Amino acid sequence: MNPVVILLPAFLISLVALAVFIWSMHRGVFGHDAAGARVIFTEHEVGHSEEPAAPSASRAALQNLVNANIGHHEPLDDDELLQRAHADRSSATVTFVFLSCAIGWLILGSFAGLTASIKLHYPDWLAGYEWLTFGRIRTIHLNAVAYGWTSMAGFGLAMWMLPRLLKTPLQGRRFALLGAVLWNAGLIAGIGSLAAGMSSGLEWLEIPWQVGLLLVAGGALIGIPLLRTLARRTVDHLYVSVWYVSAALFWFPILYLVANIPGVHFGVEQATMNWWYGHNVLGYFFTPLAQASIYYFLPKVIGRPIQSYGLSLLGFWTQAFFYGQVGGHHLIGGPVPTWLVTLSIVQSVMMIVPVVAFATNYAATLKGYWRTLLYSPTLRFIALGSIMYVLVSLQGTFEALRSVNTITHFTHFTVAHAHLGMYAFVTITFFGGIYFVMPRVVEREWPYPRLIAAHFWLVVIGMLVYIVALSIGGWLQGLAMLDAARPFMDSVKVTIPWLEARSVGGAMMTAGHLVFAAHFLAMVSALGPQRTRPARFRIGTEVNHA
Amino acid sequence: MRNEIRLFGGALAMIAAATAVLVVVPYFQLRDVKPPAGLHPYTSAQLRGRQEYIRQGCIYCHSQQPRDRAQAPDAERGWGRASVAADYFYDSPHLLGTMRTGPDLFNIGARQPSLDWHLGHLYQPRAFVPGSIMPSFPYLFEVKPKAEPGDRVVTLPPSFAPAQGVVVARPAALDLVSYLVSLDHTYPLAPSDTGP
Repeated sequence: MNPVVILLPAFLISLVALAVFIWSMHRGVFGHDAAGARVIFTEHEVGHSEEPAAPSASRAALQNLVNANIGHHEPLDDDELLQRAHADRSSATVTFVFLSCAIGWLILGSFAGLTASIKLHYPDWLAGYEWLTFGRIRTIHLNAVAYGWTSMAGFGLAMWMLPRLLKTPLQGRRFALLGAVLWNAGLIAGIGSLAAGMSSGLEWLEIPWQVGLLLVAGGALIGIPLLRTLARRTVDHLYVSVWYVSAALFWFPILYLVANIPGVHFGVEQATMNWWYGHNVLGYFFTPLAQASIYYFLPKVIGRPIQSYGLSLLGFWTQAFFYGQVGGHHLIGGPVPTWLVTLSIVQSVMMIVPVVAFATNYAATLKGYWRTLLYSPTLRFIALGSIMYVLVSLQGTFEALRSVNTITHFTHFTVAHAHLGMYAFVTITFFGGIYFVMPRVVEREWPYPRLIAAHFWLVVIGMLVYIVALSIGGWLQGLAMLDAARPFMDSVKVTIPWLEARSVGGAMMTAGHLVFAAHFLAMVSALGPQRTRPARFRIGTEVNHA
Repeated sequence: MRNEIRLFGGALAMIAAATAVLVVVPYFQLRDVKPPAGLHPYTSAQLRGRQEYIRQGCIYCHSQQPRDRAQAPDAERGWGRASVAADYFYDSPHLLGTMRTGPDLFNIGARQPSLDWHLGHLYQPRAFVPGSIMPSFPYLFEVKPKAEPGDRVVTLPPSFAPAQGVVVARPAALDLVSYLVSLDHTYPLAPSDTGP
């Protein structure tokens, strides 16, 4: 039985099915293009910029830019704003808990990553501590930033967006809080296990499955507020961010559970499963959570619905289909069935479809609004994160091509690529989202706007140094390894200056995170200049006099 | 409600398709793979050593999957022929790896069978490979005033040996080395072994 005979028709049929599916959505959704995209605005809100992270002078400048593009707009309706203030209040506690934990994990994960990075060029540094050995601290870094920082920042922003997207207070908050407790408990136990050397040995799945069940239970509990808020929604139409958030919260427990079933996976099949998980936790969890944020915050800040709502849904479904099957490209040249690797390469190339859909939409929406980046901290992060999504996806497509992969596979180039995705795209986007939501959550402005700028430039320059240096180092490493005339040690030596540069970049990113965490602490503990008035509208009784 | 059903139904279909091609089909295709005649199950010491390999995170810098000659010069580097699924019959969890910060180890036992070399190299890689960036693992060893009966003394170049006493391998180091030298997949493959 030749698997290609079965898989080729299956592939073609699934492509046709995908086309039909998207066409059927088109009939229901693409028709009222403008209406779908306007769901996140109140009746008179288009043309009003919302940017709680900016100081008032910048907000005025921002609004002027928006006015220049839109022309006239009507005054805001107090009742609707009051309703939204209630929606924001309903999610405040849950969002606050998730974001606080996320930032704690970010700091821990940053130091773990920096330690691992330094150890690659000072291998005898702290060598006497078993829990700090490269193999463990690197793994602690990955798990702390992926399941601690990124996951919980994503959950926090999702919980905050839901009541606004569905125009109803957040329901089932206790479940989300219990989920946060279980998730943190699982992560503390999991990171502790890794430090003690108890690891499953599978990348991205190192946390022992007995502990990992806490993440599954926590993730499932966090899904309950989503379902209950959906049931109480007062909007007719589900905005594209709801699709991304819902799918991410639905997919994660399934992925993690299937990957952790004990006693089922074996040998090489376990390797294909490993990269089915490893790539889908990116494509089915972190990426959609970040995209949900982009599709919400970007239009809100510029007071303008996204250009093409149809394109955003096309992007959603093609990404859901193609991204799910690209994992095999981690095993190119490996002892796995050839058809599987070929299929994953094909789907990696097909990823160009959702990426181009996203990029087109993004550029068209921001057309005429680029100067808003000067005044909006939120948008600076989110716009940069969006560009990085496009870059990392296109880079991923090329890296999956056999000729490129032969050089980059097994090298630091892959590590740079991973950071372009998880950091430059996802993390930067979440920073922007957090700057937007926190003034609403604590009803207080960010006390030191300059710290936002310091954070931005530290992490942006840091990540550029990190990614550029490591990409060059990894590429040279790959070329050295492919040249049989050169000894293997050449491929090590050639990377050293680039690994050192990576530590410099990583140190800048860590410094940026410390600035961010300190600013966050100052804000929540009401230190610093008191700008009590939350941006643009007041909450509660005051609103009637506004 | 209709929107929710379409959304969750569609999301389920997408993840089902991904799981089918990357997990379920490989499961059935590889289920009946048999071990090659030349491959032996791990001994219990080797299995303990394999666990130590995971505990120390060796996998993050070492792959165990030589590529085909047509793609890369892995064989010329002495890493062995391209591996096949059958070679991993006894491997649980899989340790294929994704990085080659250090060399591929699929045939390290054939390339470097010396226990002495491995013990010394784990104690201080730079004593044996100048310029190496591998971590040293001093905590897998003990420095004693003098060796006792049954102790495995590690031989080191004088400049890397402690000023006083001897370096003795702890059981974890001995297990790890017995696993490393067991990594020898140079046996010939029968046509039936190269299957899928």
